Amino acid sequence: MAIDPSYAGRTYPPTDPYEVGVEKIREFAAALGDDNPAYRDRTAAAALGHPDVIAPPTFPFVLTFQASRRMIEDPDLGIDYSRVVHGEQKFAHTRPVRAGDALTVTVTLETVRSAGGHDMITSRSDVATVEGEHVATAWSTLVVRGDG
Amino acid sequence: MAPVYDDIEVGHELPPQTFTIRRADLVRYAGASGDFNVIHWNQRVATSVGLPDVIAHGMLTMALAARVVTDWAVDPGRVREYGVRFTRPVPVPDDDQGALLEVTGKVAAKLDDGTVRVDLVATHAGAKVLGRAQAVVALG
Repeated sequence: MAIDPSYAGRTYPPTDPYEVGVEKIREFAAALGDDNPAYRDRTAAAALGHPDVIAPPTFPFVLTFQASRRMIEDPDLGIDYSRVVHGEQKFAHTRPVRAGDALTVTVTLETVRSAGGHDMITSRSDVATVEGEHVATAWSTLVVRGDG
Repeated sequence: MAPVYDDIEVGHELPPQTFTIRRADLVRYAGASGDFNVIHWNQRVATSVGLPDVIAHGMLTMALAARVVTDWAVDPGRVREYGVRFTRPVPVPDDDQGALLEVTGKVAAKLDDGTVRVDLVATHAGAKVLGRAQAVVALG
């Protein structure tokens, strides 16, 4: 069933703060097989001008993926998650996420469109510190495959 | 040596990289990212929904492709924007060889604010798996 495009613009309440830990960043980088010292070593990160170890550019997805559940599980939208595939992803960074950040995510449903029997939903997730500093924005386009 | 804006021309090719993705890497990425979708680790379910095999997380493919940019930039914090379209899945067989992901990148544009746009090409088995893969990087 097609998703009502009039829900575009709907914003969900900010998430509880996510506290970014150095070991989580190291675990994430290790899962990518990435030994960049900026992800592991405070001294190396400091030499690049960062106050603490930084996270890889796609790390915010860890937070935004969780936050987007508010939209995916919104009963008004009626998304069948078993039919969802990830179509597009984009990040814009004001600065890298770093250890010690306490981040909240605010998800907004930006656009809903239909094409070829599928619904395409683009959400924007704004990631900011609890102090209100913008860190990154992520856009995800989910494709909800139609019947047949 | 980090690249310097004034020294980089449009068409500059970044060092290419090849990544091997094995089943164990999918399990590790699932745990680290929190994305436990079964199509990334359960072959029975993956094939039942019409996939050729367990497939890699699109976000893992995206993250690996970014390495070409972040290794070149030296400081990964210089990546200002990064976006991709997921155009084709990367099936990951249940063997020791895994799936190969080949990534190339080149500078497609120099922007006025000291940044460059890098266009990436990520292929598996000779076919592109990411579309419109572009990163904007601030250079010193």
